[in-house]
Amino acid sequence: MHAEAIEIHEHHDMDSTDVFGFWLYIMTDCILFGSLFATFIVLNYQGMLSSKLKNHIDLSTVLVETFFLLASNFTYCLAILALYKEKIRHVQAWLGLTFLLGASFVAIEVNEFIHLAKEGFAWDLNGQASSFFTLVGTHGFHVSCGLLWILIMIFQLPFIKTASIAQRRLTYLGLFWNFLDIVWIFVFTVVYLMGAM
Amino acid sequence: MLENLFFGKLTLDAIPLHTPIIMGAGIFMAVVVLAVLFAITYFRQWSYLWHEWIASVDHKKIGIMYLLLSFVMLLRGFSDVVLMRSQQAIAAGSNLGYLPPEHYDQIFSAHGVIMIFFVAMPMMFALLNMALPLQIGARDVAYPYLNSLSFWLTFVGAMLCNVSLVIGDFAAAGWLAYPPLSELYYSPTVGVDYYIWSLQIAGVGTLLAGINFIATIIKMRCKGMTLMKMPVFVWSALCAMILVALAFPILTVTLGLLELDRFFGMHFFTDFAGGNAMMYINLIWAWGHPEVYILILPAFGVFSEVVATFSQKKLFGYTTMVWAIIIITFLSFVVWLHHFFTMGAGADVNAFFGVATMIIAIPTGVKVFNWLFTMYKGRIILATPMLWVTAFFTTFAIGGMTGVMMAIPPVDFEVHNSLFLVAHFHNVIIGGVLFGYFAGVIYWFPKAFGFQLDEKWGKAAFIFWVVGFYLAFMPLYILGLNGFMRRMNHYSNQLYQPYLIVAAIGAACIFIGIVLQIIQLGVSVKNRKALRDHTGDPWNGRTLEWSVASPAPVYNFAHLPKVEELDQFWLDKERRLSEGHIHPNELHYHAIHMPKNTPAGFIIAMFVGVLGFALIWHMLIPGVIGFVGMLATWIARTFSTDIDYYVDAETVKATELAHLKEMV
Repeated sequence: MHAEAIEIHEHHDMDSTDVFGFWLYIMTDCILFGSLFATFIVLNYQGMLSSKLKNHIDLSTVLVETFFLLASNFTYCLAILALYKEKIRHVQAWLGLTFLLGASFVAIEVNEFIHLAKEGFAWDLNGQASSFFTLVGTHGFHVSCGLLWILIMIFQLPFIKTASIAQRRLTYLGLFWNFLDIVWIFVFTVVYLMGAM
Repeated sequence: MLENLFFGKLTLDAIPLHTPIIMGAGIFMAVVVLAVLFAITYFRQWSYLWHEWIASVDHKKIGIMYLLLSFVMLLRGFSDVVLMRSQQAIAAGSNLGYLPPEHYDQIFSAHGVIMIFFVAMPMMFALLNMALPLQIGARDVAYPYLNSLSFWLTFVGAMLCNVSLVIGDFAAAGWLAYPPLSELYYSPTVGVDYYIWSLQIAGVGTLLAGINFIATIIKMRCKGMTLMKMPVFVWSALCAMILVALAFPILTVTLGLLELDRFFGMHFFTDFAGGNAMMYINLIWAWGHPEVYILILPAFGVFSEVVATFSQKKLFGYTTMVWAIIIITFLSFVVWLHHFFTMGAGADVNAFFGVATMIIAIPTGVKVFNWLFTMYKGRIILATPMLWVTAFFTTFAIGGMTGVMMAIPPVDFEVHNSLFLVAHFHNVIIGGVLFGYFAGVIYWFPKAFGFQLDEKWGKAAFIFWVVGFYLAFMPLYILGLNGFMRRMNHYSNQLYQPYLIVAAIGAACIFIGIVLQIIQLGVSVKNRKALRDHTGDPWNGRTLEWSVASPAPVYNFAHLPKVEELDQFWLDKERRLSEGHIHPNELHYHAIHMPKNTPAGFIIAMFVGVLGFALIWHMLIPGVIGFVGMLATWIARTFSTDIDYYVDAETVKATELAHLKEMV
């Protein structure tokens, strides 16, 4: 009977399969960003038109932006710790703070984009500008999707009755949010630091 | 103003009323669609259709829907063939034929897109869905709801491509839409936008399906089925799906960048302002070359299953077969440049990619010899699936050899973009992929539908297809070597004409083959009682899918199987012969946990379709509706907790006993 009992409940024990699938998705997203980085590097090759990005970027703003995103990752981890203690109110509060930090990141980025466009470095200027706006913008779009997701989770958490479902969903979101941090490190290095050289 | 927000660039002029061929095709399509809708209403089948099919998350039903989609699109893609072959057969010298260049360009572009994305890909996913979960002893795929969404996204992509026939136009820039021709300043109509969005939507569906099947194969195998005990079809599917996961994001990016160029005036691939058109060609083939292996690997898997079954022998060289697949998977990512040796990357680069390409012939050769050795001293049954395999051997060998010829850069410089190339890739895609899929469809048809296909009509269709194939494509090799370039709607040298007339006759033979396949289907449906598969094992199969009833019950396996060896079902049958039958009444049945049907995948895909159409025509309001609708359905679904149910033990017992009763 014991073996059969396991078989019956096999479908419940899907958490590891589900998280595995989400990892696979993250890998495909990684390739998506990889292609965008490749495009950026090709179009910013030194033999191309004289580089203009470095005349416009302000590294200190980007550093502030970076700290907002990294801090949001820290607060997200605190939300997960609160989840393990089953304090839903605390989870919501930490998620709320994560949202504010992430939203600040997006706000600074949008501000930067508008500023660049006003100074004449708009996306339709040349290949370099196009690749800059597309790579950084795709990251920003991902962060915005993450923000929407965080909002949904804040709202949804009290309705989720099964602890494992809440944990699983926040695990996905955490993977996604961490992944965006890692991508940002590369954006910061390749686009901003190397671009400013 | 409001009109502009709602309709964007779309006006009544977008419907080509003055072009009789297009309008005829459009009216024909509309009549067929209306007739189907009328029939569903007349026979009061809407509820059945909605609950049992549209909302279904059952992999077996999704497989059948993929199959249907691919067959309908095959007819659509083949009608392009009829137009192109008849045009080229007559348009020599002073005769200009009946298709103007701009229409001809759309036809060959649509033909390539439809045949690859909406015939071959759905047929592959049809086979995967029909057979794979059963082969690994699973009750469903890892994510059934995602599976339904994947199918409906593919469906929506195909429908957008069809809509372009009547509303607006389709891309006229070839099946890969190379810039700068596909940029807005050379292709100002919506054709390329249709191309981008139909492929983008179908591509996301494919990517999700790829993730789904990787997770299914890695995580859902039954007890005892280690990786090296998986059927070769499962191995080939695993490698193909890994390729999907690695390659399709590149397609998404490439098409996305092209759309950014067209929509926002960016400069990724423009031939001025720092754009780089060759980058597009590199990117698209970094996806495109793995794509052809995504198609052929599952066909190799089918051959392995079919050859072993119909030779009534264990597959020869299982381990080498698996490693050959893995090596091909790896190599498929380091050969993309052979599609444009003429780009001028230099001798070193061309030599590397040429050699890498030639190396692929080695693992492929290993596979062919393994199949031949499997047949050696086997008791071969020449049923239709096996016939397709035999046709594949010779056809694919010819295609492979011309492929190796073109892998030599100096040779490629001579035949690049000629009909020699066209003959080569049809040779491997029809002779390899399509023949393989046909074998697979016939092989697993009884498992999906519960009755076999008529053999007599199947053999007749086979003969016309194969003869038609050789007539249609062998002349193209000769023409290519004589300098006839691809994509020409007219040629002045009349010495070419006899070859093109032979090719047209070949296409006509293939057409008869398709008609015979339709007759085969009709006859089989009519005689389904006589052709009924009572045992669930019509071919004396070797793998687990044949151990259950045909069609498989909704839960697939009443008891999840345990595997000790490759070809476990064959082993079980041999044991049963020596040890006698197990008495089924003594088995204990229990309730089975299954996912519930949901229309969410369908609804999301429909909103995505609206969004895609709105993006093509720059319609603001429908675009917002599509986007918000998609998002809202998606979010609403995450609130649903009522997503599974139990098939109770009594139902399982009744179903299983009914099957056992039918067997004896």
